[in-house]
Amino acid sequence: MRAQLKGDYVEVKVLMSHPMETGRRKDDFGQLVPAHFVQLLTAALNGKTVLEAQWGTGISKNPYLTFRIKGAKIGDMVTVTWHDNHGATATQDIAVTPV
Amino acid sequence: MRRRDFLIGFAASIALMPFKVFAAIWNKAAFEAVQINDARKNMNIDTEIQSPDIQITVPDRAENGAIVQVEVRSNIPDTEAIAIFVEKNPTPLIANFMFSNGAEPFVVTRIKMAETSDVKVVVKAAGRYFTNAKQVEVLENGCG
Repeated sequence: MRAQLKGDYVEVKVLMSHPMETGRRKDDFGQLVPAHFVQLLTAALNGKTVLEAQWGTGISKNPYLTFRIKGAKIGDMVTVTWHDNHGATATQDIAVTPV
Repeated sequence: MRRRDFLIGFAASIALMPFKVFAAIWNKAAFEAVQINDARKNMNIDTEIQSPDIQITVPDRAENGAIVQVEVRSNIPDTEAIAIFVEKNPTPLIANFMFSNGAEPFVVTRIKMAETSDVKVVVKAAGRYFTNAKQVEVLENGCG
């Protein structure tokens, strides 16, 4: 994850490690692999929500996301949290840096 | 009850809350819909206005439908949300992004595409819905 100040906005790039199983794929033994995917993602700047995303199974494996926030400055904290359909959750924090 | 026990209990309930709130808002009916019109209905999208102010950047052809990069920018004032659909996927609703507190109506992500299809974007702005679409030719199914 990276948050860089580019002119008047901060660009945040996130790469998550997640299988994003659709529930329609069969394994080598012909068994359906149960759906396992990130459903909700939120991003905050200094604790204030800036982005809320709902996802289905159509987001690629190991999800990638870029978003932009106006009015942020170097040193501000960007937090990204996701939740999947199994109840697992993960949070990442990063400070805004110059390009 | 001792004061400390009470405070610990309180902190624990706050920690659990975000997930419960999120679980309540995940739009199950829309994401599980197999027809794009049912997904739209479950998102309360009725009339859409065709708009060139929604810029969709996708490859014309995708070798592998498992990873198709999509960039969406809305130049419509007061954009609140960007939803991405792939019309011919088994479940067409891919994602819905809601922006607030200075987030720009811009997003880049990577999606799965089962076959050649329109990538359709619906923008919610000031309570109205706008749409635009762009076709991607898919050479290899990515919805396994």
